[in-house]
Amino acid sequence: MKVTYREALRAALREALANDPRVFLMGEDVGRYGGSYAVSHGLLEEFGPERVRDTPLSESAFLGAGIGAAIGGMRPIVELMTVNFSLLALDQIVNNAATLRHMSGGQLGIPLVVRMATGGGRQLAAQHSHSLEGWYAHIPGIKVLTPATVTDARGMLGAALREPDPVFIFEHAMLYPTEGDLDEDALPLAEISRAAVRRVGGDVSLITYGGSLGKTLAAAATLAEHGIDAEVIDLRTLRPLDTPAILSSVAKTHRAVVIDEAWQTGSFAAEIAAQIGEGAFFELDGPVRRVCSVEVPMPYPKHLEDAALPQPQRIVEVAEEMLRRHG
Amino acid sequence: MSEPPERSITRDHGLALLRGMLFIRRFEEKAAELYTLGKIRGFLHLYIGEEAIAVGATRALGPEDAVVATYREHGQALARGIPPGAVMAEMYGKANGCSGGRGGSMHLFDASRRFFGGYAIVGGGLPIAVGLGLADWLQNRSRVTACFFGDGAVAEGEFHESLNLAALWKLPVLFLCENNLYAMGTALARAQSQTDLAAKAGAYLVPSERVDGMDVFAVERATARAAAAVREGGGPQFIEFLTYRFRAHSMYDPELYRTKEEVAEWKKKDPIASCRAELTRLGLIGEVDLAAIEAQVAREVDAAVAEAEAGPWEPVSDLTLHVYMRREAETR
Repeated sequence: MKVTYREALRAALREALANDPRVFLMGEDVGRYGGSYAVSHGLLEEFGPERVRDTPLSESAFLGAGIGAAIGGMRPIVELMTVNFSLLALDQIVNNAATLRHMSGGQLGIPLVVRMATGGGRQLAAQHSHSLEGWYAHIPGIKVLTPATVTDARGMLGAALREPDPVFIFEHAMLYPTEGDLDEDALPLAEISRAAVRRVGGDVSLITYGGSLGKTLAAAATLAEHGIDAEVIDLRTLRPLDTPAILSSVAKTHRAVVIDEAWQTGSFAAEIAAQIGEGAFFELDGPVRRVCSVEVPMPYPKHLEDAALPQPQRIVEVAEEMLRRHG
Repeated sequence: MSEPPERSITRDHGLALLRGMLFIRRFEEKAAELYTLGKIRGFLHLYIGEEAIAVGATRALGPEDAVVATYREHGQALARGIPPGAVMAEMYGKANGCSGGRGGSMHLFDASRRFFGGYAIVGGGLPIAVGLGLADWLQNRSRVTACFFGDGAVAEGEFHESLNLAALWKLPVLFLCENNLYAMGTALARAQSQTDLAAKAGAYLVPSERVDGMDVFAVERATARAAAAVREGGGPQFIEFLTYRFRAHSMYDPELYRTKEEVAEWKKKDPIASCRAELTRLGLIGEVDLAAIEAQVAREVDAAVAEAEAGPWEPVSDLTLHVYMRREAETR
């Protein structure tokens, strides 16, 4: 069945609200406006204002209220409009959500789900376009999911709500209108700690997640035309990281390119490269390469934004370079 | 005030208040001593001087209510009934501490007593309290969440966001501001254009009042009134307690920012001495009672220390527990 990423998320929210009276959604413009990306459109009418709660622009207070409500027995879903805005709630996320179980010696659990849009590509300039999920993946105590397909968009929310700990879901803003095949069989027990092989190949491992998956698959298709058989790994979850899946792909292909829309310095791509270096060094035919965003705040003009973001052509070039050099 | 304190205070009631405050005082004096001996490390923020607030305010709460506090929360924890041995063991970092030793002095927790922590980021507990209130409201529970914080928190955005949200959604949260006049070393007037903190709460249409935080009877009465209003579904209430910390901000603080004369002036309003004088004046207690309380408190503090001393250290092999519910979740 074909659905859009947005519809898949909405179906997941609707199912969660319908199945569990403890679940409620809160965030900026999730109700009357229908969600800034229209994900929650129609849910206010269906579930009422108590369970689809519009908040003031107080990211710290309503994220923290989500933590408190979770302690109080609810299953809140908090929507932060974008990852750039989530920084206003960083105190609650890093100092409370991620620490309360630990600081209380295991007495408190925070079954909280936080969703937000991430990523660039829509000419929204330098305060709406960044990919900071790697920062969140740095923090022990929370889990970080990056659904890249409509099936994961549909399935990961339910899985996140079953978690006893805070789960952060990063939805790449370019994905909302994209359409894909919903794999109903994969839904009921969507596993959230395993990577997925999206394309099987033997020459090079292209390791990516979220909004970069489509670009990476496009690059793999081009590489195939050039006689290079790329394997595409979709990490799906940045924390906990499925390191064995990465290492076993690299053991097969002996080459790895990491594609990550964040800036390269200190990026999650660096973590992947380090994991490969530590766990599969002797399997490698050459250095691990990274395709990340250029180190500049996101520019507004289309041609500059395109140049700043990872693009399929660049992935192809890097992979071909590796095969030429080390093939 | 509907009735003068004389009519409402019984001997047992008065003794309980006095004893509660004295216990916190002696417990913390012992903690300070243990700090100098290296038994307690990290930061240790003493509540000495402010005991009337924890003791008076927590008496307005029932077991179903919740408490959210700050990093200066020994008083609230003890007044809430967390066993003193578990609090002392937590300060030692022992496994029998009330947070399993993971939190220390600034992060006391006891879920069974609905004591939801010690928050050391100023203002950070307020949104949590709002969420606890939201959970109660959504589940139609007639509970109160009491949220303690200091005057420093009023400068944080989280204070303003939380008061607005609680008022907007009419949530059952009791905001209890302990205004001890200094945010660490910064006097209120050096940090706030408006030093009437109750007026700030009023700006969010939260009913607010300013109360003498050195008078345990006044604290108890005001908190009971406000808690009843919250419980009746009227939304949040705010009380500003005027108080003073007699000791330094933490054990590292050389106190360069206030004068000895100012401290001495406030010490004349010592809440324990005032309470004792009032109860004596009313003929409710005598010297014998005081001696008995002191002796009993001393025994209990010693017992708490003994419990902390005897407690086990958590094995290092347990280091990565309590990060996630399931330990394997983090170490795939």
